[in-house]
Amino acid sequence: MTSSMNPAIVATDLRKSYGDKVVLNGIDLMITEGTIFALLGPNGAGKTTTVQILSTLIDADGGNARIFGHDLTREPDAVRALIGVTGQFSAVDNLLTGRENLILMADLCHLDRAAGRRRIGDLLDQFDLTEAAGKPVSTYSGGMRRRLDLAMTLVGEPRVIFLDEPTTGLDPRSRRAMWHIIRALAAEGVTILLTTQYLEEADQLADRVAFLDHGRLIAEGTPRELKRLIPGGHVVLQFADQEGLDSAARTFDAATRDDAALTLQVPSDGGVGSLRSLLDQLDRASISVAGLSVHTPDLDDVFLTLTGQPDTRASRTDHERAPAR
Amino acid sequence: MSTLSLAVRDSSTMLRRNLLHMRRYPSMTFLLIGIPIIILLLFVYVFGGTLGAGLGPSGDRSQYANYVTPGILLITVVSAAQGTAISVAMDMTEGIIARFRTMSIFRPSVLTGHVLGSLVQTMLSLVAVILVALLVGFRPNANAVEWLAAIGVLAMVTFALTWLSVALGLVSDSVETASNLPMPLILLPFLGSGFVPTDSMPTAVRWFADYQPFTPVMETLRGLLLGTGIGANGIIAVVWCAVITVGCFLWAKALYNRNRTA
Repeated sequence: MTSSMNPAIVATDLRKSYGDKVVLNGIDLMITEGTIFALLGPNGAGKTTTVQILSTLIDADGGNARIFGHDLTREPDAVRALIGVTGQFSAVDNLLTGRENLILMADLCHLDRAAGRRRIGDLLDQFDLTEAAGKPVSTYSGGMRRRLDLAMTLVGEPRVIFLDEPTTGLDPRSRRAMWHIIRALAAEGVTILLTTQYLEEADQLADRVAFLDHGRLIAEGTPRELKRLIPGGHVVLQFADQEGLDSAARTFDAATRDDAALTLQVPSDGGVGSLRSLLDQLDRASISVAGLSVHTPDLDDVFLTLTGQPDTRASRTDHERAPAR
Repeated sequence: MSTLSLAVRDSSTMLRRNLLHMRRYPSMTFLLIGIPIIILLLFVYVFGGTLGAGLGPSGDRSQYANYVTPGILLITVVSAAQGTAISVAMDMTEGIIARFRTMSIFRPSVLTGHVLGSLVQTMLSLVAVILVALLVGFRPNANAVEWLAAIGVLAMVTFALTWLSVALGLVSDSVETASNLPMPLILLPFLGSGFVPTDSMPTAVRWFADYQPFTPVMETLRGLLLGTGIGANGIIAVVWCAVITVGCFLWAKALYNRNRTA
């Protein structure tokens, strides 16, 4: 993004410890107005703590941060008037109906009655909740609850929105719906800081991505820049038996084999041309392949390469490449 | 918006939220009203004959109904306070509290909403309990002014104990703790002049009974409703309530602000 644009969030050297445990060990952030910024990292990396500090929920032990120029500790109310937060755990009132939850927000945002009703009607429509508006939130599904949660955040038309793992626990359809909503918000000029442990989510949504690991930012850039940090993609060939794997391994010497899984990993850019020549080679050598998958480098690879260690979720991927070392 | 009008507006929004909770889930309210009514019936119809005889040569069950009602009214207030501690503790486990903390609102409004809601709930409970007491033989001889004063005393003690229970709800790390912490309060009317005159008690107990805060409150109510002597009890009751209210308000406020990661 260009430096001439307005910085919405600026944080310098944020630190936080709980007892002996250092949760944030000096975080710097610069997030431009109207962009989506993704904070990626495994559980316990400090994502939620960062959001809690930036949303004035907890104080940092050191460093400082500003939202549109307002200092978090000196002008918390000015900051609070600009932000909206949708946390990891749903921040809805389960004893009230969806509409009552939204009315509560409209009242707390001091909207006048008519403007509040109008805004609530629009949000219920936009989030596909009109039908369920009169039902208690305790009867809502996970996806509906998350949509209501975000709708409540939007009642006051915040200029900066913090989304802490907005799609964790959602089914694929609800996740896509949430992505759609987030993109639409950014298109309207809202600045969004989201945390996620799904690298695909950051890839899909974010203008810029930062990797958080053990309380430090270990890399930051656009998804494209980050993917450029690591070597190219590969094709994984799956064989039915050891014999097939052996003959294929003789044909492609640059490949990495995994005897346990009966797979061979062949470096490739994943393009149609190189795939065709790969299949031709297999044909000529009369090797039958049981399955084939193409891997372009994704943010998972970047994360694993940068941290040098798998987080638990990605251990399968690591196992796949283990023989290469 | 000025701080005061912001405080009033946000507190009344939170009050509406709490009243909505109570209206939608009335079982808690009924449970809280049930406890004092059961104790009232137990003491009038089971123990009332014997305890009434202890009040004096002309004492009987109907005279005991008069004697015990002020104590039962305090049991009602305490029972409702226990409900407040539970609902505050439950509320603090909800994610919506974190949302409130990140909004530009009058910060203590979450607490004032609970306090005002409990005040309304307790006053309604007191009306129900007084009606039952009238049915079982409570015969107050108060005039309109004395009734107003009695209602004022009840509101004052409710306000004080509600702030105490809000603080107890905040200091509890679980809903179970919040339910247990206010439990000893329900014993205070017994360890005071609520059920029998304190001069029938052994010295150490009587000393505690005479000087604990509930006794002057009960004696004041008794004086206003039944025409017994009040003496200095009125002033002492007001001072106790003011001290408890201010102390617990400050305690609750500090707890709410400290406990920011909840």
